[in-house]
Amino acid sequence: MTSLKLTVAALVASAAFAGAAAARDQIQIAGSSTVLPYAKIVAESFGETLPDFKTPVVESGGSSGGLKEFCKGVGPDTIDIANSSRPIKDSEIEACKAAGVTEIQEVKIGYDGIVFATDAGNADLALEPKDLYQALAAEVVVDGKLVANPYRKWSDVNPALPDAEIAAYIPGEKHGTREVFEEKILAHGCKDSGAQDAIKALVADEKEQASKCIAVRKDGLAVDIDGDYTETLARIDANKSGIGVFGLSFYENNADKLKVATVSGVAPSTETIASGEYPVSRPLFFYVKKAHLGVIPGLKDYVEFFTSDDMIGPDGPLAEYGLVAAPDAEREEIRKSFEAGNIM
Amino acid sequence: MSQVTTSPATAAFKASVRPERRDIGLRRRYASERRFRLYGLAAIAFGLLFLFLLLSSVVSKGYTAFLQTKITIPVEFSEQVIDKDGERATDPKVLMTANYPVVARNALAKVLGVDPGDRAAMREVGGMISDSVRVQLRDLVVADPSVIGRTVDVAILAHGNVDSAYKGQIDLGVDEKNRKVSDRQVGWMNQLAETGALAGHFNTGLFTNGASSRPEAAGLGVALVGSLYMMLIVLVLSLPIGVAASIYLEEFAPKNRFTDLIEVNINNLAAVPSIVYGLLGLAVFVNFAGFPRSAALVGGLVLTLMTLPTIIIATRAALKAVPPSIRAAALGLGASNMQTVFHHVLPLAMPGILTGTIIGLAHALGETAPLLLIGMVAFVADVPATPLDPATALPVQIYMWANEAERAFVERTSGAIIVLLIFLILMNVGAILLRRRFERRW
Repeated sequence: MTSLKLTVAALVASAAFAGAAAARDQIQIAGSSTVLPYAKIVAESFGETLPDFKTPVVESGGSSGGLKEFCKGVGPDTIDIANSSRPIKDSEIEACKAAGVTEIQEVKIGYDGIVFATDAGNADLALEPKDLYQALAAEVVVDGKLVANPYRKWSDVNPALPDAEIAAYIPGEKHGTREVFEEKILAHGCKDSGAQDAIKALVADEKEQASKCIAVRKDGLAVDIDGDYTETLARIDANKSGIGVFGLSFYENNADKLKVATVSGVAPSTETIASGEYPVSRPLFFYVKKAHLGVIPGLKDYVEFFTSDDMIGPDGPLAEYGLVAAPDAEREEIRKSFEAGNIM
Repeated sequence: MSQVTTSPATAAFKASVRPERRDIGLRRRYASERRFRLYGLAAIAFGLLFLFLLLSSVVSKGYTAFLQTKITIPVEFSEQVIDKDGERATDPKVLMTANYPVVARNALAKVLGVDPGDRAAMREVGGMISDSVRVQLRDLVVADPSVIGRTVDVAILAHGNVDSAYKGQIDLGVDEKNRKVSDRQVGWMNQLAETGALAGHFNTGLFTNGASSRPEAAGLGVALVGSLYMMLIVLVLSLPIGVAASIYLEEFAPKNRFTDLIEVNINNLAAVPSIVYGLLGLAVFVNFAGFPRSAALVGGLVLTLMTLPTIIIATRAALKAVPPSIRAAALGLGASNMQTVFHHVLPLAMPGILTGTIIGLAHALGETAPLLLIGMVAFVADVPATPLDPATALPVQIYMWANEAERAFVERTSGAIIVLLIFLILMNVGAILLRRRFERRW
């Protein structure tokens, strides 16, 4: 009998909860795990400096996952902001529109550098996109012919590189970082090594040419890491001669364990990335639902707080964590564009 | 025997009469039993070895998380810095937005004897202190504005990097620019440690603080409260529903194909991967019913669905174990079916039911996959006041911390695992005690 009463009480309680679910006074954010640490720092400072508002909730789940939730519709039961480590795709804008999310505001927060690093005990490493392509691509040019990648050691690719078995821990295909790696390293290396011309001679379709150019070898020497940088770090720890791909901020937090490689002769740092000298970087974004501005308390304040120089400026906490601040004029542009309510 | 002389003939006779020793494979069978025992021992030793490796790695990495480095220094709550224009009586916002980090930095610089004009040095001094000092000092001043103008001893949280360096988790042998603490900061740290101002204190913040991007201020508070809410919801919903369902199926339902089908389904559901329940929860509770995302309520409902089959199976086994003679005796004395069940069968089955429930709860406590889809794998800083507020859970916090870049989160990850393990051990010990206390043998 008592259990029956309990059940009824529980059901009544859940029904009562449902009624309270309508209003929301806390910002909800989801998306990229690269943007997550920055969003966390801002959310925390926002909650501390503006005590009228609750600290926003930041979910992780990847750029695509976040944008998918973002495009579910408009209303308090959908998220307000999607963090993304890549620009929103046209197909995603379409999906958003279909669900009623017609007004999306894009906010760029700065740049993220992608670095190649190996165990701290190794010698200095200087990488070129061409070398990385030769070491990691599925097919390379040998004696003017396109063949399956025959190289087993870094020194096979370039005698200046260490005499060790090729082992590279690169971000898995679900990561936004992978696209940058493909675009800035593999595509360039494909061109530099002459593989592009060989591929062009073989395949007519342009799309197929591009995808062949960024195809990574599948014989186990290039390892996709689907987890986070922590996993890559653990792999480097286990295989001291391996090379891993990290975000600049992650590297800076673990610089006592890792040694960073130069790419095309440039060492990664916030300065070289901001100036564009270091070639492997990408912009980071978040997307805001315009329909939620003014409805969800604090949303507008949050975006303004995020884009203020106290946060994304070159001396702000995000830069200290590893974000590469956008140039002054661009930051001003970002703020103006949001203020003006420009939609995509 | 010795005095009896036996002729060779009788000896030969005796030998022929003594029955031939039959080969019944005794030696072989004993050997195989010994081998089997050895296998068993080896299996247990193997299991214990891995348990030992797991525990020793978690404990050796994680015990330092329970100590937090703090710097105890006299802090002067200077009116100059906090409320220059003396507006606090009219405008309470002044006290909320004052620049407290500067208050703390100046106090530390004074103790260290750093010239306030040396900006680079002052920045490094500021880097010794956690940024959460803003909230710490603000709460202190707001609670008692009379401290303004006075000097009070305050235990300030050290910065996460200083904390890691003090605990020896940062390799100080490498080049200065490759680590997060400078040589000067290490020098100050040692200086403060010698005077006793900087020391490890028991880390109460680990249990009370919410999530934070600063490792030194990050805690399990939100996760503990979230897990508690979810466990309460699971208990309140799944125990009565599960017990009612099993009593009906076991004692009242007719045995036919339909109930067989239900039984097969329940057994199947117990083996369904938990992520499937997360998808179901997202579709039903968040998208259809409109419950808030990231709320402990939704998490509790999802985990209830996941735990129900376990509880039903355990309860039915417990009910089956009650001897039929008890039912027959009760019915024979004129009790109704319902009286038989509720007065006699159910109380006798209770230990088994409770054990099953606790094991189901412990299972639910360690679950992250279904929570991912309903938005509970998230950064939540405010401790939830009701089950409708955003919350996380203990295993989720472990996962989030494991992915952090800062060194100080490594020990916290293991520390959180220790906390979770302690909860699981307590629950399982509870289950054993209940069984011991109430179990009855026939």
